[in-house]
Amino acid sequence: MLKYILKRLLMLIPVMLGVTFLVYFIISLTPGDPAAMILGTSATQESVEALREEMGFNDPTIVQYGNYMKNLLTGDMGRSYSTEKTVLSEVTQRFPNTFKLTFSAIGLAILISIPIGVISATRQYSIFDNVGMIFALVGISMPSFWTGLMLIILFSLKLGWFPSSGMTSLKGLVLPSFTLAIAATAGITRTMRSSMLEVIRQDYISTAKAKGVSKFNIIKKHALKNALIPAITVIGLQFGVLLGGAVLTETVFSLPGIGRLMVESIQRKDTPMVLGCVIVFAVAFSIVNLVVDILYAFIDPRIRADYN
Amino acid sequence: MAEEIKTVNIKNKNEVAKRSLMADTWRRLKKSKTAILGLMLIVMFLCMAIFAPIIGDYDEDALKMNIIDRLQGPSINHWFGTDEFGRDIFIRIVYGTRISLFVGLISVSIALSIGGFFGAIAGYYGGQIDHIIMRILDVILAIPVILLAITIVAALGPSMLNLMIAIGVANIPGFARVVRAAVLSVKDEEFIEAAKAIGAKDHIIILKHVLPNSMAPIIVYATLKVATAIMATASLSFIGLGVQPPTPEWGSMLSSGRAYIRDQMHIVLFPGLAIVLSVLSLNLIGDGLRDALDPKLK
Repeated sequence: MLKYILKRLLMLIPVMLGVTFLVYFIISLTPGDPAAMILGTSATQESVEALREEMGFNDPTIVQYGNYMKNLLTGDMGRSYSTEKTVLSEVTQRFPNTFKLTFSAIGLAILISIPIGVISATRQYSIFDNVGMIFALVGISMPSFWTGLMLIILFSLKLGWFPSSGMTSLKGLVLPSFTLAIAATAGITRTMRSSMLEVIRQDYISTAKAKGVSKFNIIKKHALKNALIPAITVIGLQFGVLLGGAVLTETVFSLPGIGRLMVESIQRKDTPMVLGCVIVFAVAFSIVNLVVDILYAFIDPRIRADYN
Repeated sequence: MAEEIKTVNIKNKNEVAKRSLMADTWRRLKKSKTAILGLMLIVMFLCMAIFAPIIGDYDEDALKMNIIDRLQGPSINHWFGTDEFGRDIFIRIVYGTRISLFVGLISVSIALSIGGFFGAIAGYYGGQIDHIIMRILDVILAIPVILLAITIVAALGPSMLNLMIAIGVANIPGFARVVRAAVLSVKDEEFIEAAKAIGAKDHIIILKHVLPNSMAPIIVYATLKVATAIMATASLSFIGLGVQPPTPEWGSMLSSGRAYIRDQMHIVLFPGLAIVLSVLSLNLIGDGLRDALDPKLK
């Protein structure tokens, strides 16, 4: 097991190198002179040129990337062009908010979708199943920023139950988490249902039935664990959707997270900050997928056996 | 009446005899109520896009400000009300259909052609080529699609063309994977071997024999991806990185309408419903196609 985890961790290194390079390359396509941007319009040609030389903007992209990576390994992600703060301090300050948002959303999504998926599958084509699946399809089709606006209109402007922005209390987290959870819930429910449908047609379920095991115990002890495996993969993939959705949800609810930081930095053309945000998102997504894969091995002894 | 049934029966028999994939798929797709609902919805959106100039004038009704009529609720004159500049929201949504469908289709075409090219090569040749292509795709897949699209637009600058490029490029890995898997599923079939035996060139085999026989999962995936591309278009425009105002795009309409939600919720309600319904219709069709193309799954 340890060997498996170690191997997966090592595999993360080339992927992360590739991701940082890709993102650095894309961002370097940004037109305009960063040195002129930092100094503003009143700067002289000489001072702009001097800053270009000092910050290495004249070097080829690949050299600049090398320097960026060298600094990144020591935890230095550069400085914001507009606020003069270090990217690292800004990102670490904002990260907990995005973390709280995405994890409460995925938690909510799991709590809602697994039971619905299981019940839908065990009562295929019943009213519960049909209604559940319609909701799931509509849920997938709703853009999170619109869902967020609708929830704000209903629960904060009309009913006044929850605040429409900010994260000062736990209450402020309720609407954004639900907004973000809806799309993920829909996706996980559908997978859970179809994998459960597949599992309950297996021979070992018939055997359990023949033995006289109660329906509840068949589901709990025999079916659920096997059906969970595809669902867990989808949960990992949905996490990527959630991180993307966090950018929009944080914008709608004015939450001080990394997503909003990224959008604000793009609008200010603050390249180092944008780069930092995307890299943090990519690292977070890769780590979650790594955890999912390990979890996968934990639940499925067949995978574990391959590495022992 | 009896005559009619007879001709229908004969027609059905002919269809079965021909066993064309299209006819077969359509026969099964027709049985799914949800897929038909999706088709009806998408035909409605297509009609809106095509006949937009009949419904309202672009410059006069969708763009020109009319401050006297601003922020009116839905009425006979303005079905979905008016926005903060007094423009008719219904007509703006109608013209927005053109943008959403266009960006959705073009970006999926970009992803399908580039991703499909690499996927087909990886799947068909296997070995080192496959390994290298897949590792590069793994890297791109480590960045969530919408974040990659945002990054690309951030670098290129917000415009409709860049939006299509961004969404297209961000979706390349997904298409490459699907096409690769589809190619893998048929490349060892006997008819491929037969084509090789008579000396057909690789690109002919891939284009004429492999791809047509592995279309089913690709068509389903492309349909579902047009839906997510429409969603991505609206998302990026919502945060100001897509289609810019005053162009009537659903996401940017929502973005500018945000300030008025307290008293005028119709401003954000209707453009949002347009997004939901268009995305839903494509999802319904995609699901229906999946079932129709692969009856084993049912």
